[in-house]
Amino acid sequence: MNVTLGQYFPGHSLTHRTDPRVKLVLEVLFIAELFMVKRYAGFLLMGALLALVVHNSKIPLWALWRGLRRLLLILAFTSLLNLFYTDGRELFTIWRLTATWEGLHAALFTILRISMLIVGTSLLTFTTSPIMLTDALERLLAPLKKLRVPVGELAMMMTIALRFIPVLSEETAKIMSAQKARGADFESGSVFQRARALIPILVPLFVSAFRRADELAVAMECRCYDSAMPRSRLKEMRMKRADYLILTGMLLLIPAILMGTNRLWI
Amino acid sequence: MSLLEVRALTHVYAQGTAYEHRALDRVSFTLEEGGFTGLIGHTGSGKSTLVQHLNGLMKPAEGQVLLDGEDIWARQGGIRGVRFLVGLVFQYPEYQLFEETVYKDIAFGPTNMGLSAQEVDRNVRQAAALVGIGEELLGRSPFELSGGQKRRVAIAGVMAMRPSVLILDEPTAGLDPQGREDILGQVQQYRLQEGATVLLVSHSMEDVARHADRILVMDHGRLVENGPVEEVFGFDSRLGDIGLAVPQVTSIFRQLHRRGHAVSPVFTVEAAIAQIEGLLEGGGIG
Ligand SMILES: Nc1ncnc2c1ncn2[C@@H]1O[C@H](COP(=O)(O)OP(=O)(O)OP(=O)(O)O)[C@@H](O)[C@H]1O
Ligand SMILES: [Mg+2]
Repeated sequence: MNVTLGQYFPGHSLTHRTDPRVKLVLEVLFIAELFMVKRYAGFLLMGALLALVVHNSKIPLWALWRGLRRLLLILAFTSLLNLFYTDGRELFTIWRLTATWEGLHAALFTILRISMLIVGTSLLTFTTSPIMLTDALERLLAPLKKLRVPVGELAMMMTIALRFIPVLSEETAKIMSAQKARGADFESGSVFQRARALIPILVPLFVSAFRRADELAVAMECRCYDSAMPRSRLKEMRMKRADYLILTGMLLLIPAILMGTNRLWI
Repeated sequence: MSLLEVRALTHVYAQGTAYEHRALDRVSFTLEEGGFTGLIGHTGSGKSTLVQHLNGLMKPAEGQVLLDGEDIWARQGGIRGVRFLVGLVFQYPEYQLFEETVYKDIAFGPTNMGLSAQEVDRNVRQAAALVGIGEELLGRSPFELSGGQKRRVAIAGVMAMRPSVLILDEPTAGLDPQGREDILGQVQQYRLQEGATVLLVSHSMEDVARHADRILVMDHGRLVENGPVEEVFGFDSRLGDIGLAVPQVTSIFRQLHRRGHAVSPVFTVEAAIAQIEGLLEGGGIG
């Protein structure tokens, strides 16, 4: 099984060690900026920034490429739509479809935006464990508690879900192997036959998921879990000096890139 | 009968990442035809990884698995055919049950083999009877059975394919002594009835000593011992060096031997009792 959801590459780089709240805030800012940049120069600088982080985090390039590869088809499709369906000066014509210069730029912008978006978010999940991310989210959204949004409960649900993704994917792999050992065939046959072949996997998987949920509920009950009680943490998140430096630095740099480059002509 | 042979098998998990782990390191051995072999080793020594290579659930990156002298990945019938010849019962197999009735669940394997309805029926009833699942249980839902019964249904599900090599990965984990002995006795019976080769992965030295005639020992992905029970568990056993123990009675007899008593190695409580009784009658122990 290959579940890349929140695939974490442990490490000790500055990118890894930066406070997850800082990373989350900067990620949001980065994505917002991607959709506001209107010049190639802007993309160039953002790309340089991204390259710097990739270099620092030591995340292997193949891992980033794997994330991108899956979107290749969608990228190609939207680029073609952009190329042919944008009004403007003619670039070339095939049959009755006219590609325009404006369309070409729009297509390139889309490619740049989407791929930088994927690389950026992959970097966040590759360098931050899912649990840290959930914690960061909970802390950042804490003010919403005043509006009666159950932030703590939602975070607990997310933590539990994340905790069980690897467990269930391992379980799926095991059940699949066990059924293959009895001659189950998941690879051939019609769509209908393949769907039917999933029953021997899904039934045991659901049975075990419910059993685990039950056990967890009992275990939490035994430890007097009460969602209304405030909880402390084993590892408190503390902003260090480097975190403040990175945060302020980026808060200045990213908008500066936007404002600086959008005035340029290219 | 089929001859299963492993040549220089190596497996590395998560190759090229921070989690890289060499789970198998140039493992080679031949399973004695029609024999009962025990596979022991610490937690994480690579036993489950090894057995999953034997029926083609994992493909060797390096090395070969041969069935009757032929690489299992180069056979005519394809890898599915291999899985019908080399039956593998997983650790905690009761979690793989899925059908509405016990009968249908046991029939899953033989049906996948493409056997005729009569053959499937015969195999299912035979396997169920062998593991002590009565006719009255065949129509019940497998989810209504006790843990031990579920385990036996799952084992019957593999036996019903009548594989000529039967591999069981800790089939007795979490069962009481009677349940363990029942299942191992049934495995023995299967072996004798079918003339099959059995490979049993176990953490219990007592179980292995009682049923196996040869023992394989894994340590950190390497095969460190491969010999008859008398040799591996004998008075000059090297198992202590890798932190594994011989059966308790064996260890007691070894101490008696070291203190100068005229005892020979024993591996089961019954053999120990017989020997002590003999000595008492003969006045060997005073
Ligand atoms: N899917 C996997 N990915 C990475 N490493 C794994 C994987 N499966 C097993 N390992 C590692 O390979 C080693 C051997 O595992 P294996 O399950 O074969 O051990 P075992 O001898 O069967 O142990 P046990 O007695 O606990 O069942 C272990 O160190 C384990 O951590
Ligand atoms: Mg194991």
